[in-house]
Amino acid sequence: MATVERKTGGGIGEAVLRKEDRKFVTGEGRYVDDLRLPGMLHAVFVRSPFGHARITGIDTAAAEALPGVHRVLTHATLPAETGVLCASNPPGSDVRQPEQPLLARDEVRYVGEPVAIVIADDRYLARDGADLVHVDYDPLPVVCDAEAALADGAPLVHSEYPDNAAATLFHETDGFAEALAGAARTVELRVVNQRVTPMPMETRGCIGDWQQSTGEVTLHTSTQVAHFVRTFISFVCGTSEAKVRVVTPDVGGGFGAKLNTYREEFAVCSASRVLGVPVKWIEDRSENAVATIHGRDQIQYYTAGVDESGRIVALKLEAFQNNGAYHQLLTPTISHLTVFMVPGCYDIQNISIRMRQAFTNTTPTDAYRGAGRPEATHGIERLMDAIADDLGLDPAEVRRVNFIKPEQFPYSSSTGLVYDSGDYDTTLDEALRLADYAGFAARRAASEANGRYRGIGLSTYVEVCGLAPSAVTAAIGVGAPGWEHSTVRLHPTGKATVITGTSPHGQGHATSWSQIVQTELGVPFEDVEVIHGDTAFQPYGLGTYGSRSLAVGGVALYRSLGKVREKAREIAANLLECSVDDLEWTGSSWQVKGSPDRAKTIQELAGAAWAASSMPEGVEPVLEATTFHDPPNFTFPFGTHVCEVEIDPDTGRVEIVNYTAVDDCGNVINPMIVDGQVHGGIIQGLGQALYEETVYGEDGQMLTPTLVEYLVPSAADVPPMTLARTTTPSPSNPMGVKGIGEAGTIAASAAIVNAAVDALSGLGVRHLEMPMQPARIWNVIQEATS
Amino acid sequence: MIPSTLEYTKATSIDEAIAAVQAGARPLAGGQSLVPMMRLRLAAPGAVVDLGGVAELVGVCEDGDEIAVGAMTTHRAVAADPLIGEHCRLVAQAASGVGSLVIRSRGTIGGSLAHADPHGDLPAAILAAGGSVVARGPGGERRIEIGDLVTSYLTTSLADDEIITQVRLPKGNAQSAYAKFHRRAIDWSIVGVGVAIGADGVRAAATGVADRPTRLAGFEAAVNGGGSIAEAAAAAGEGLDPTSDLDGSAEYKRHLVGVLAQRAYLEAQG
Amino acid sequence: MGQTITVTVNGTAHTAEVDPRTLLVHFLREQLTLTGTHIGCDTSTCGCCTVHLDGEPVLSCSVLAVQADGCAVRTVEGLAEGGELHPIQQAFHENHGLQCGFCTPGMMMTGLGVIEQNPNAADEEIREALEGNLCRCTGYQNIVAAVRSAADQMARS
Repeated sequence: MATVERKTGGGIGEAVLRKEDRKFVTGEGRYVDDLRLPGMLHAVFVRSPFGHARITGIDTAAAEALPGVHRVLTHATLPAETGVLCASNPPGSDVRQPEQPLLARDEVRYVGEPVAIVIADDRYLARDGADLVHVDYDPLPVVCDAEAALADGAPLVHSEYPDNAAATLFHETDGFAEALAGAARTVELRVVNQRVTPMPMETRGCIGDWQQSTGEVTLHTSTQVAHFVRTFISFVCGTSEAKVRVVTPDVGGGFGAKLNTYREEFAVCSASRVLGVPVKWIEDRSENAVATIHGRDQIQYYTAGVDESGRIVALKLEAFQNNGAYHQLLTPTISHLTVFMVPGCYDIQNISIRMRQAFTNTTPTDAYRGAGRPEATHGIERLMDAIADDLGLDPAEVRRVNFIKPEQFPYSSSTGLVYDSGDYDTTLDEALRLADYAGFAARRAASEANGRYRGIGLSTYVEVCGLAPSAVTAAIGVGAPGWEHSTVRLHPTGKATVITGTSPHGQGHATSWSQIVQTELGVPFEDVEVIHGDTAFQPYGLGTYGSRSLAVGGVALYRSLGKVREKAREIAANLLECSVDDLEWTGSSWQVKGSPDRAKTIQELAGAAWAASSMPEGVEPVLEATTFHDPPNFTFPFGTHVCEVEIDPDTGRVEIVNYTAVDDCGNVINPMIVDGQVHGGIIQGLGQALYEETVYGEDGQMLTPTLVEYLVPSAADVPPMTLARTTTPSPSNPMGVKGIGEAGTIAASAAIVNAAVDALSGLGVRHLEMPMQPARIWNVIQEATS
Repeated sequence: MIPSTLEYTKATSIDEAIAAVQAGARPLAGGQSLVPMMRLRLAAPGAVVDLGGVAELVGVCEDGDEIAVGAMTTHRAVAADPLIGEHCRLVAQAASGVGSLVIRSRGTIGGSLAHADPHGDLPAAILAAGGSVVARGPGGERRIEIGDLVTSYLTTSLADDEIITQVRLPKGNAQSAYAKFHRRAIDWSIVGVGVAIGADGVRAAATGVADRPTRLAGFEAAVNGGGSIAEAAAAAGEGLDPTSDLDGSAEYKRHLVGVLAQRAYLEAQG
Repeated sequence: MGQTITVTVNGTAHTAEVDPRTLLVHFLREQLTLTGTHIGCDTSTCGCCTVHLDGEPVLSCSVLAVQADGCAVRTVEGLAEGGELHPIQQAFHENHGLQCGFCTPGMMMTGLGVIEQNPNAADEEIREALEGNLCRCTGYQNIVAAVRSAADQMARS
């Protein structure tokens, strides 16, 4: 793809440099740890060192005697109004919802579960105090693996749930069994999507500020979902939602880790309520590894019935999802996203899926970039290669015979979705061309001459984005909608403020939203300010996750801009003494058709609307509009990623020598930002494929508690990437946009693993688990060659 | 995370430093291992004495058949030093791979040896080079061969009131190389092997295979006995019993020792 | 038990009393309120806290403030002069080398160290030299381009 010229301002489709950048490159960003409130104290949590234990006593006397320590709170000494936390699923759903007290009541169920909070003058003293809190534990048996937890006789995570079953999803199409029985051949594959941890570079942190006189509480927190947090504070802290304000400062990355409502957020509010001063808590990295949600941890058993061409005539998936010890905000929901996307971009009409979710003595899992969809994509894309391998076919051809064809859109999937638009063959063709798929055999021969294995792998993906139509969230048991809010306000001087319910933390919404305003309303890019993440400004915002911001929040903005434009048109007609039908929009003004000298710019109209001295009958002053946009459907970005690897047989290291991605996210607002999202997404998928794994020992101890053991890759550990795009607009929204935040992560892991399996296919290797660390690959080679 | 309370003094001479150590202070060199351990509260010295102000502990010079390297010379300086590069190449190579650029700016050769991490690169490289340290205490100086310095995990034969003042690297290691294997670039070596081809034959030592840097007797015997490099590599893991962990099995690590010994040997040959 | 230290930060000498266990990064952030230097880990792995100490990039989370007594520290706040961005800042902006911005100050300080140590570093060498600075957003491609671009710009001026 030709490099797009970058500019300092512009409209839709242009590579505009970000207006957010200057504060970050000068060190003037304001993250939560950078905030100081008068009289503020500092909190450190005392956490469980055991995977499962009964608490038999807590002695806080020594800690409270330490000079500088103000208070130590435990479950017993939290304010009486304090409630418990649970998932967003409303009561009465099929999901089991264990109560999650803010501080452990009588039992701890994973390493890192908070037991007490120590509040002191500064964080050094709070840490000293935490070391002096003495907790007596009576250890209990642990279980950390989902399949083991669901087996007979497993230790119980919650004694009230005698089978550790958290929830089960089952979906089967009519005629499935007959279709599978009638298949010419069957292909089976077990795939493990290992546990990983989001690890945004900024850990979590928050400051609770409870005004004792008024009962008003302000929480400054590093979150993706300020309004969810506000709603939950009202429940958990026992106060009025109208008294709660949640403010999001700059957020140093989220990836789902901050798409949640956490015990610490409520605990600092409660501590501030007790002490009457603001209380700050900043998570340590080694705390983040156990106290913030993990992702994935799903075991899949696929059975595909196929014909001789490799076409899937029936597909069965039996899966086990490890939910962890409790349900966080969306824990039970993630599996639904996997179930939705099991067929991928393939026309599979007969399907059977059973997803068993288990409680275990581990940190809860929840949304991590891709959230349920990487599990589906990795599985089906590995299965495609297994089918090709078993039948002796080209993996690209097996994909082609199974693709949903362009003329089948809108396409009703066997899992109940309606895919909006797609052209899967085109992205595949383009990716194979860019990656020189045809020339691979020669490159493999050259590598083999050097004593190295070489392989090439594909991942053709489709994802469900733009979360979410509210009717669907209700149907899958989520007690929250999926719409988004926007307000556009023109000031008397013609400058614009956009208030958005999205909550960017690196995605560049201030830039992209300004581009949309410039194109749709003619207010220059630099005259637009974007406000987000503060519940005092927005009626409600659902936040930023699930590649939803543009397809839902951006479209909400687009609709508000249209409302402002139409209102301006009425005012212009009045001022120009003509009918609205006589006016045409020039991109920045309303003018009488064919008469450029008779026109009013949007800035002039904003001033006139504010002055209100010459308004049309029945039109209210001020150019301002608000939209709550509930999307009629999801969006379905897609694409093809191609990875080429070399493997060193002596060490087992997998080295990526070429990575090509062709993505289609519909219409693009800012190609520079889209490329950046794809780059980052791919490297997170690569991290899971090659480096990252969150590991528990059999005793429930966390074996990867710091960035020394949990291997987030650096620049030195990853390759450059080649990106390209095709454009298939979504018909589901007037902007034709889809979403791109998670595509790279969803696609990458399968492309990389498929390449490594291909490299070793000559040895008879048919599957590799992640992460493909050198020792694992070397063992596989040894077994295959011995 | 936050270190525990501590007292801090900064020495300006070796004698001052030794006096502080005698009084119970722990020597603080570059701090790139000790400070993180203090932050995680894996170490909680009540007092530290900063060696960063002792000018005589910094620098590299020739001294007869040896190169004398001040204990507080940083990894970056060791990696870039022309004398070490010429006469003891494997040590410069090992230093250039310690941690990351920001760690090599602060971390020191003496600090690495005193810390004695079982995955450290410098102890193995210096062992292969036949190096030693000069330790000084209230009773004076003594030489400790590297093979006698590290006695177990994070443990040395230094007395409580001794500090390392110099590292002595024998010349004659121009034909040498250090090869390491790790997962990410910044990670500690899973296994690292230094090979030096000297006038008296080949010396080889590995890190990551025991609680201390370890001479590769099987490799040395084979290659010095006229065996092929492939035979020597196959013998390199003999007698080693590394720990199986998340980085790999004992068998894998023994195998890596052979791979890396061969690579280092071939590179040393030039 | 406070100890008095004098540290010159971004050209200004600061004399202050510190608890000896205070990490340099906390001294900069809490006592001098220079919050542009961030903390991303507790194991010297992430590089978010990188500053220049007497001209060399170091991890300010692995240095005690008392160790910096008498030294010169340069932080991200000291890069721009007279409202004009430093070439490394301009290059990160123009190459979209940042998303959430949290790793950016440390990444730029290390990048600047790389350029000073090896002005003609090839992309592969830049990647190697940035091994101690983690970014979870960008996938590094644009960071490498930004460091390359800044090196070129600094060589021209």
